[in-house]
Formats: sequence, C-alpha cells, structure tokens
Amino acid sequence: MEIYWLLGIPLSGGIFMALWGFRRNAPEINALFSLLTLAVAALLTARIVEEGPMTVGNGWFFIDSFNVFLVTLTAFVAFTTALFSRPYMRIEEEHGRLSTARLRLYHSSYQIFIGMMILALTTNNMGILWVSMEGATLATVLLVSLYRTPASLEAAWKYFILCGVGIALALFGTILLYFAAEKVLGSGGTALLWTQLNGVKTQLEPTVLQLAFVFLLVGYGTKVGLVPLHSWLPDAHAEGPTPVSAVLSGLLLNVALYAVMRSKVLVDGALGNDMAGNLMMGFGLLSVVVAAFLINRQTDVKRMFAYSSIEHMGLVTFAFGMGGTVASFAGLLHMTMHSLTKSAIFFTVGHATQKAGTQLMSDIRGLIKTNPTIGWGLMLGTIAILGVPPFGVFASEFLIITTAMHEHPWATPFLLIALGVAFASIFGKVQPMVFGETGLPRLPHMPALTPVFVHLGLVLMLGLFIPPYLAAWYRQAAQLLGG
Amino acid sequence: MALNYHLQIVNLLAALLLLISFAMLSQRRVAGLVTLFAWQGAALALSTAIVAWSTGQHHLYYSAALTLGLKVIAMPWYFYRLIRKLNVNRVVEPMINIPTTMLIGIVLVIFAFNLALPISQMSGTVMRSTLGIALACVLLALLMMITRTKAIPQVIGFLAMENGLFFAATSATYGMPLVVELGVALDVLVGVFVLGIFIFQIRETFDSLDLKHMEKLKEK
Repeated sequence: MEIYWLLGIPLSGGIFMALWGFRRNAPEINALFSLLTLAVAALLTARIVEEGPMTVGNGWFFIDSFNVFLVTLTAFVAFTTALFSRPYMRIEEEHGRLSTARLRLYHSSYQIFIGMMILALTTNNMGILWVSMEGATLATVLLVSLYRTPASLEAAWKYFILCGVGIALALFGTILLYFAAEKVLGSGGTALLWTQLNGVKTQLEPTVLQLAFVFLLVGYGTKVGLVPLHSWLPDAHAEGPTPVSAVLSGLLLNVALYAVMRSKVLVDGALGNDMAGNLMMGFGLLSVVVAAFLINRQTDVKRMFAYSSIEHMGLVTFAFGMGGTVASFAGLLHMTMHSLTKSAIFFTVGHATQKAGTQLMSDIRGLIKTNPTIGWGLMLGTIAILGVPPFGVFASEFLIITTAMHEHPWATPFLLIALGVAFASIFGKVQPMVFGETGLPRLPHMPALTPVFVHLGLVLMLGLFIPPYLAAWYRQAAQLLGG
Repeated sequence: MALNYHLQIVNLLAALLLLISFAMLSQRRVAGLVTLFAWQGAALALSTAIVAWSTGQHHLYYSAALTLGLKVIAMPWYFYRLIRKLNVNRVVEPMINIPTTMLIGIVLVIFAFNLALPISQMSGTVMRSTLGIALACVLLALLMMITRTKAIPQVIGFLAMENGLFFAATSATYGMPLVVELGVALDVLVGVFVLGIFIFQIRETFDSLDLKHMEKLKEK
C-alpha cells in the first residue's frame, strides 16, 4: 500500500506545482510534498525490516533491503534539499537570476524527478526501470538550463544528447535481456520481471547476457558518470542551480548504479564467472584515477566537486565489482556517505558562490571571517569527503581499500595514489577559500545551513558508530548483492 | 508457404530501412532529413504490421499503430513546423565530408552483422536475419549524431536510433511487452517536447541553432 503513496505523492506534487507553482509559498509546499514522501518511505522501510522482501501489485513492484535503503536515502536527501532550496532559490530570485515562471518549472520538475527515481528504484520490471531512468533525465534537462545562460544551455544539451545515447544503448541491453528471458519464461509481461529473471538466472543464455550486460553497463554507466562516459557530468553539475547539482550528484548517480547492480546480479547467475565484476572494477578504477587527476585542473568550485563525485562513484563501482559481502557492504556504506556529504558540500558551496557572485575558486576567499557557518560547513564537508577520520567516509574507504588489498592487491597502489592526489588538490583549493583574506561583504541573508549540519552530523555518527539495526540492514542488502 | 512470402516483404522493408539510414547520412538539407525520417517510420510501421499479421502477435498491431501515429505523422509535422518557424532549412555541411562518412558507415554495417550473428542464430523468430540490419541502423544513426553539428539533425539521429532499436526488438523477440513499449513511446514523445522548448531557448540565447557556438565548456 505504501508504495502507491510513495509514487503518488511526488508525481501529484509535480502536477500540483505545475498548476499552482506561481504561489508565494510554493517552496514551502515543495518541502511539504518531500516531507510526506519521506514519511511514507520511513513507513515502508519499517515494514520491510519487519517482514522481509516483498512484491506488491501483481509483481509490478519489488522491494527488498537493497532498494528500500536507496528509497529512504533518496527521500531523505530530497527533503533536506527541498529545505535548502527554499531560501536559496528565493535569494536567486531576488538577485534577478530567476523568475516566478521558472521557479514553477523548477518545483514541478523537482517533484517529478524524485517520483521517477523512486519508480526506478521500486519497479520490478527491467523495462520500466529503463523508462523511469530516461524520465528522470528528461525531468532534469530543463532544470540544468534553468538560468538560460549560454553555458547552462550548452551543459543541458550535452546532458540531453549524451545521456540519451547512453540510455539508448541500455535499451538495447534490455532488449537482449528480454530476448534471453523469453526463451525460458515465455513471451509476455512477466519475462522482464526481475524476480522472475532472478529465479531462472542460471538458465539464461550466457553469450546473450554477456552482450546485454556490456550494453547495460555502458548505458547506465553514462548516467553514473563512469570515465570515459562522464563528460556531461561536470558541466551539468556546474551550470545547473545548486539544489539540482545536489540531487543529481547525491541521488541520480546512485539510482543509475542501482540499475547496473540489478543487471549484474542476473548476469553473474547466468555466467557463473567474474566477467561483470571485472568490467565494473575496470571502469571504476579508471574513473577514480582519471577524476582524481582532473580535480587539480579545475577552477570552478562546483566543477571540482563534480569531479569528486565521479571519483567516489568510481570507488563504489569498484567495490561492487569486487563482489563478496564485505566489499558490497563497503560499497553501500560509501554510497550513503557520499550522498549525504556531497549534497551538504553543494549546499555550502551554493551559498558561498551566492556571496561571491561567482563560481571561480580564486574569487571566493575568507568565508570563515565573514560568514563563519558557511566557512565551517564547507571545511567540515571537505574534510569529511576526503576521508579524514572520524567521518563515515573514512570507514567505507578503509573497508574498500583493505578488501582490495586482500583480493586484488594490484589495484591498491592506484587507489591510494588517486585518493592522495584528490586529497591534496581539493584541500589545497578549499583551504584559501575558507581561511584566506577577503574584502567581500557578508552574505546579507540567513544561509540555509541546517541541512548541512544534519547531513554532516549523520556522517560523523555513522563513522563512529553504526546502530546495530542499521548494520544488520546493510549486511542483508550486501548479501543480496555479493551472494 | 504463405509465411515465406511475408518474410520476403519484411526482408525487403529491412533493406529499405538500411538504405534510408544511408540516405540520412548523405542528406544535407534539414527538411530532407525529416522526410527521410518519416519514410523510415513508415517502413518500420509496415514491417511491424506484417509481422503481426503473419505470426498472430496481436500486440504488435498496437506498436505499429503507435509508430505510424508518432513517427510518421506527429513528429515529422512538428519538425516541419519548427523548421518553418525558425527558418533553418539551409544546406548544412557535416563535419566529415559525405563520401568518408559513407565509407565509415559501410564498416559499421559489417561490424553490426558480425555482432548480431551469434544472437540471430539463437533466435526463434521468423525474421532473425534482420537483427543485423537493425543494429546497423542504430550504429549509422549514432554516426549521424556524431557528424552533425546542428541541433535538429542531431535529434533526428537520436530518433532514428530509437527506430533501429525498435526494429531490433521486433526482429529478435516480436517486440517488448506492451507496457514497456508504451513507456518508451511516452519517453520519446516527452523527449521531443522538451527538445522543442529547448530549441527555442538555444535560438533565443545564441541566435543560431549551430552547436559550434556551444563549445565553451571544455577541459582546459
């Protein structure tokens, strides 16, 4: 039952905002819809933890501990981002960068985007998964170009075309999957249901599934931002409004990786070897290394953190590629940490750029003198994302690296060097932004920083202590993935 | 025996699809591209309908009707209107000259046939031999997207790619489940709609639909 509410609330929110989004209190209504979604997600989670995996609605939806964890994360970050965007977008409007009509588009697309991601996470049908992934792209294209500057239009066009091509390849992968499944399950609607496929995965034709996985990985991998398919990602993150950067980075990338993982479980069963895992490790490692070295060359603060997202998603992909319960556990944990930390960073960066009036790092200086909360938020967020203990990112990175040392020692030097380079580059660039000298005035508005400290608090807590029920939940999900 | 006869027609239409893909690669005018796209849709709808008729797969009739409605009538009409409104029907040179593009296209077709060979051998459908053609259409459309620098041709390339995928689904498995196909069609429709808004935004900002203006965001 919860599942219909879960999908219904954001989608009806999208329609509501499209019709009445010009109201003065639209941002509050937006946050309210997100809060309702979060409440329903919490209810659903409670039920899954109690009753175990279940299929709902004649097998159309399937919820287990893996996707319910992502649903909760999605709903939570969506809610905090809505809270952040409430004052943030008002300030943008006052600065004249946005009009009421565009805010209406923004709020409507925001809710539809969240709805599409939840549909992608909860659907049992691999075809609908594809449809909703594409839907999520389409909902965000016009958000990336919201400011209508030449650069933002270029970024949105790139996003539209590159992700469109990527997702078209994923469609071919889905067709191949259906082709293999149809032989075992017969034609018709049930042959693309994941639960059905999972039941017969050992009988699926290996050669077809091998090819299907390559297409699915390349297709959905484009949306994860895996190198060399990543070139849309920094542009879209840098040119879109900050709340959009936060949800793209914190949520959409996860959902795309979720699609890859669902396919991987099937392919592993059919092939009985590590082909899928090895491919993911290769792409993951390449992303970590390339992104780490590109970070150093960035001058735009949002671009830099976008590359950091590529690096972290690469790390998660690498962890999932290694397989096994420990690595999958680490991957899930890192996914959570990255979502929470990276969205918090984007929130602070948003206010910092609002204050400086530019995204160039060389022009943002001395945040801690004029706006101490923004400065501290950015510094703590940066420290957290760089994997300094006691923050949670350290725990997950530590787990990933120790597992890699144990199972794939050749990869360890690459990972360590990449993480080191990323640390040096990001810290070196953020330090003067926070502590340098400045002549800039204080931000005249109250920044919306509660979400930042809530996120960072959670990351800190999870680094020090993972509550037993949460650990059990992660372990359950990791077992589903790692086998 | 009757099946054989239908099969001949479907094979003929498949060949036509490939031919149209090549014609698109060499077409310099935007309006000409739209016409070719409409013809490709028509060939696709017809072949789907014939397969539906000869194999008794009724859900394929819906897919054929959907293709006819969207890709032969609605989208070409919309594109013609856009072209007229924006007045962009000039001769455009692709980035790579056309003979070279054609040669690359031929290589892609050979590659597609080799890639599809093991799969089509496994398929039980009557039109398995056309899977190679479907894949070739996808790759040719991708090539077209790469070699064009204008907004509308890029999108037509994208839609032609979707046509190829649709044809692949029909030839390998008699089409995806209906719900999925409806979803895909909805996405494509929304995509074209978003694109329409987008094209006006680009036009307003750049005073041109040439994507060469959009090369500021690069790694330094």
